Amino acid sequence: MRRFLASALVLSSALPAFAAESKGGFPPFNATTFAGQLFWLALTFGTLYLLMSRVALPRVGAILSEREATIESSLAQASKAQAAAEAEAQGLEQALAKAKANAQAIAQEARTKSAREIDAKRSAVEKDLAAKMVAAEASINETKAKAMANVEDIAKDAVSAIVEQLAGKAPTAAAVTKAINAARGE
Amino acid sequence: MELAAASALAKFIGAGLACLGMGLAAIGVGNIFGNFLSGALRNPSAADGQFGRAFIGAALAEGLGIFCFVVALVLLFVV
Amino acid sequence: MAQPGTIDPIHQFEIQKLVPINLFGFDMSFTNSALWMVIAVSVTTFVMVYGSASRSIVPGRLQSLAEMAYEFVANTLTGVTGREGMKFFPFVFSLFMFVFAANMLGMIPGSFTTTSHIIVTAAFAMLVITVVLVAGIVGHGSHFFGLFVPSGVPGWLLPFMVLIEVVSFVSRPISLSLRLFGNMLAGHIALKVFGAFVAALLGAGAAGILAPLPLLLAVALTALEFLVAFLQAYVFTILTCVYLNDALHPGH
Repeated sequence: MRRFLASALVLSSALPAFAAESKGGFPPFNATTFAGQLFWLALTFGTLYLLMSRVALPRVGAILSEREATIESSLAQASKAQAAAEAEAQGLEQALAKAKANAQAIAQEARTKSAREIDAKRSAVEKDLAAKMVAAEASINETKAKAMANVEDIAKDAVSAIVEQLAGKAPTAAAVTKAINAARGE
Repeated sequence: MELAAASALAKFIGAGLACLGMGLAAIGVGNIFGNFLSGALRNPSAADGQFGRAFIGAALAEGLGIFCFVVALVLLFVV
Repeated sequence: MAQPGTIDPIHQFEIQKLVPINLFGFDMSFTNSALWMVIAVSVTTFVMVYGSASRSIVPGRLQSLAEMAYEFVANTLTGVTGREGMKFFPFVFSLFMFVFAANMLGMIPGSFTTTSHIIVTAAFAMLVITVVLVAGIVGHGSHFFGLFVPSGVPGWLLPFMVLIEVVSFVSRPISLSLRLFGNMLAGHIALKVFGAFVAALLGAGAAGILAPLPLLLAVALTALEFLVAFLQAYVFTILTCVYLNDALHPGH
């Protein structure tokens, strides 16, 4: 499109010039300049080639390969460090697991020991309480017997009083005792 | 008509005809990029990798249009 | 010379003598073309030599530029020819940088585009083809000419195929030189003509209101020309790599 436009414009602009038959020449096809251009091109391009091949490109190539080597060694170091870190992490996990197992064993031991102690204490206390209970029952029985004996006396007195009230005469102790026993025997 | 005027006439007509060749080259270049775009729409991930080749092909096709232009210039300026 | 009132886009390609020098009867003057060649070489040398001077692992701007140029051309070359192509790397690199610098410097207003002369581009093309031929013959001897004989061709067709291949080979330097020359020439002619349109419209009184239109087009065209400057240098280089690959690995 660009070239189309350019050539159309060149034609339109060149037309008046050529109508007058005055050729301006076309510099790129002007052969007298060729030798000079070739000479200077050879000089400049040769200089550029020498400079590039001797100086610039080896340097840049060295920089690039140095950077690649540095990156590679850094990466190798990093992967080595990572492997070491992983190994350590594994060792740590193992130690942790061992410690946990130890802790559980210790806890188990402590539990059994305290259970045994508690048992021993409990049986001692139970024995104690049982003995106390026996003693208490004995004293209760004693008290009950005493109270029962007292009740008998009170009953005798009460019966005598009642009979005396009712019959106007105090019974004999033997008759009262017989009556109470007969009532108790029923 | 004298020879000089006739030759000038023929030169201009020839240069104009050479410009038609550039239209054909433009069709060729458009073809390349049109195919590239339709391929890119089908496989977008592979498009970036081949973009350079599209330009190489376009430059080669455009080159032939340039040759037409050079013919036109030669007709105009180098007799 | 152009008549007054016409647009002359060809005058910008004139070779002007800056320092007349006469060697052995040949006119080896220091011309504007030679000046801009020297400037192109200076800019390239500055970037590459000073860019690589600091040698730091984390590069600064100039060093980044030099490294980018190196890697770009190296990847282009190895992408086409493989690792053995690197022995041509200084040549291909110098070629690319010279053409790229010359094209880009031509975009400076008032400068001269050295690659817009057919003799310059033809010299480069002939250099490339010479290198290809020498590399092919030195590397592979007469087996190099197997390049012209594609495999799997029936016997009666062979003479025509060889002829076509030879013509295709000979057309390579022609197309290389003409492509670069034509692109540079057409681009600068178009730029000059549109610039002249702006000036002409401004000077035409009432029509001056239309002057921004060719200006916009000239701006767009300038952007396109920068792209073309790089692209043509790249295409020249990659075709050189393709032809070198044919020399390194001949035969289809």
